[in-house]
Amino acid sequence: MNLQTLLYIGGRLIKGVIILLIIAVFNFFLIRAAPGDPAKVMAGEAGATDEVFLQQLREQFGLDQPLYYQLWVYISNLLHFDMGMSYRQNIPVFDLIMDRLPATLLLTGTAFLLSIALGVLAGVIASVNYKKWVDSLITILSLIFYATPLFWLAIMASLFFSVYLGWLPGFGMETVGVELSGWDRVIDIALHLVLPATTLGLFFTAVYARMTRTSMIETSRLDFVKTAIAKGMTPSRVTRKHVLRNALLPVITLAGIQAGQLIGGAVLTETVFAWPGIGRLMFEALFQRDYNLLLGVFFISSAMVVLFNLITDVIYCVVDPRIELSK
Amino acid sequence: MKKISVGASVACLVLAANVYAAEPKDGGAINVVVQPEPPSLMIGMYSNGTTQQVGGNIFEGLLRYDKELNPHPLLAKSWENSEDGKTWTFHLEKDVLWHDGKPFTSADVVFSVDKMLRKTNARLRTSLEFVESISAPDDYTVVFKLNKPFGPFIRLFEVGTMPMYPKHIYAGTDYKINPANQHPIGTGPFKFVEWKKGSYIHLTKNDHYHVSGLPHINDLYWHVIPDAASRAVAFETGKIDVLPGGSVENFDVPRLTELDNTCVTTDGWEFFSPHSLLWLNNRQGPMADKRFRQAVMYAMDREFAKNVLWNGFGKVANGPVGSKTKFYDKSLPNYEYDPAKAKKLLKEMGYDGTPVRLLPMPYGETWQRWAEVVKQNLEEVGIKTKMVSTDVAGWNQKVADWDYDISFTYLYQYGDPALGVSRNYISSNISKGSSWNNVEGYENAQVDKLFAEAAVAFPDSKRQELYSKVQRQLVEDVPVAWLMELEFPTIYNCKVQNLIDSGIGINDAFGTAWIKQ
Repeated sequence: MNLQTLLYIGGRLIKGVIILLIIAVFNFFLIRAAPGDPAKVMAGEAGATDEVFLQQLREQFGLDQPLYYQLWVYISNLLHFDMGMSYRQNIPVFDLIMDRLPATLLLTGTAFLLSIALGVLAGVIASVNYKKWVDSLITILSLIFYATPLFWLAIMASLFFSVYLGWLPGFGMETVGVELSGWDRVIDIALHLVLPATTLGLFFTAVYARMTRTSMIETSRLDFVKTAIAKGMTPSRVTRKHVLRNALLPVITLAGIQAGQLIGGAVLTETVFAWPGIGRLMFEALFQRDYNLLLGVFFISSAMVVLFNLITDVIYCVVDPRIELSK
Repeated sequence: MKKISVGASVACLVLAANVYAAEPKDGGAINVVVQPEPPSLMIGMYSNGTTQQVGGNIFEGLLRYDKELNPHPLLAKSWENSEDGKTWTFHLEKDVLWHDGKPFTSADVVFSVDKMLRKTNARLRTSLEFVESISAPDDYTVVFKLNKPFGPFIRLFEVGTMPMYPKHIYAGTDYKINPANQHPIGTGPFKFVEWKKGSYIHLTKNDHYHVSGLPHINDLYWHVIPDAASRAVAFETGKIDVLPGGSVENFDVPRLTELDNTCVTTDGWEFFSPHSLLWLNNRQGPMADKRFRQAVMYAMDREFAKNVLWNGFGKVANGPVGSKTKFYDKSLPNYEYDPAKAKKLLKEMGYDGTPVRLLPMPYGETWQRWAEVVKQNLEEVGIKTKMVSTDVAGWNQKVADWDYDISFTYLYQYGDPALGVSRNYISSNISKGSSWNNVEGYENAQVDKLFAEAAVAFPDSKRQELYSKVQRQLVEDVPVAWLMELEFPTIYNCKVQNLIDSGIGINDAFGTAWIKQ
């Protein structure tokens, strides 16, 4: 990497930090625009309450302070890498998020790799067999998976593979109540991972397949491909070295977007399969108006988006050396 | 995993289990659904339903209540009341240990009630105003001196209302953030092991439990499964043994109860007697007219809602006090479904067709559908109804700030009108900011007086007389429209024996339950 690249990356990182702060301020106000506050929700759940109790809660959360002061406290804490306490659980937000992060990354990461691998492969196969039955099959399947709502697919998968066939566990991340270690535990978790990762990955598999196919067909009609074929290269080498490499750019753009959703994008899957991830943490925090926790998850997810945008740009120039990184 | 249904015979098994009750066996684990995931297990500090369900196995109160709400010994082995009804003396069990091995004594009781619960439990705080002093003459005796013979006093000792906390851990600390809250220490039949947030809570047998021979179960796993359909699937696949009342959608209940080896019971809600009703905002619009409120009662086909939406479980409510709560008056008149009468009343008052806003409860499908049924009922008699939907926080906000016309709710009665009924009708309880007090804004000096007298009247026959009077008055005035006494069926694998053993049901169920091998 040369100096120019490093400077570019440094500049982008600084910009990223500023963007993150702006997002944090924006989120801060956005959340407070929703009706109700965490004290009311908790008091509401309590089944009995009085003003004393509400006031106690608000003081405990710092919600009795003026709004600008609350914002100031939040941002200055954030700059010290302190995301505050969850109102509801009385546990630091950072700990709650870190507790859930491995489960989410395992699920979304698996789905991510699975969908890229399968999607690109299916796209390549379809484009090579352009207008043959394999192509039609892949196109139809990817259209179906593209159009099917995720939650429905998830429930059907769990009914079929877990209830009807009894092959795969239908909920949770590990078998509870048995002590497993080493490979037994890995296999146990892998089995629990199959259904949620597949359902989560199918949508993007379909998107990648369609994207790769279109892009491959387009590229294969370009002049340099004709030249390569005219030179007498084998068809498979032309496909791999010339067509695929050039056709991959839009796929990488899309992968960058999917990667940005690695943290918060699995709410539905996590809910249906009771996967203990961050998506659910966020979803529940939203309904409970647990401001600090929600802002914490938002912050981490927006950081991921900023980071993956940068990584995508860097990968562009690795895949296509004609692209240069500069301000 | 069996898909074949065996029909009606299943429901009968519930009764059968008790008839030829075999010798209880020790051992085994039970998997239970916990929905939604509780914010904490600190019962008495958090009043969420699932906090009670899990925490009620870790913590204990001085007494336990059967399904008729009669008190039974638990941490207190006996008790007596003075002749004027104002001094209560409790004698504690002697060989009780906290989960960390320290002995439980009267000092813990005095600390829990006088110091900690006064601060942490809003509901108990109101009742404790009748308590003048709490003292411990020796290590195993506690004396409560009341300023008046507060009638419901003996029903305050339930674990969710008055749990015992360890003084040696909490004294002098900030109760809300004490680290022990993450690893609760109680005296109950089960000890806390681990809480994998978002996955499960694990409790294990307390080997030094003070009731000899109990508990029978070795391990309890409470599974967090956020999706209702997935909870049903988890039960179908046998991964879950117990679905506590309300943890699956009502429309799944008939299908699940027909599964092989599946038992169902509606017992265990007697202490709470969840009473569903419509808040009618007495302050504004047509709801300010008594005739309109009566018309709402006549307009609703509550039997239909019970049979269709609640699978026939529960009972149509004919007044403010539930039939399982003490001092319920059996002779009250009922508002039958009578649209013609409703129309007549509306005509009489000159209802001008002002539309009313109807707020469903944001607690799942059943409530949404129920709101649709009520909307249709009201429109049939000519009341224009607009449905306003919102989430839990929004609902609480609207109800607490009186920004509604008609709103669904349900309220616990806690066994006694002075604990769970009067709070919704007395005028001193009109105060913005709470969704549990006199939200409808009903004011009647006579009702206030009757409730105040009845709470401290002595003995019980006197209380009954006053409560009958006030019930009659309320049924005439219809400050709110009563819907149903709800019953949430608990669905469980029939191998679990003696599951529901008290008036608070699943909340303290597992100390006495056992598994048939």
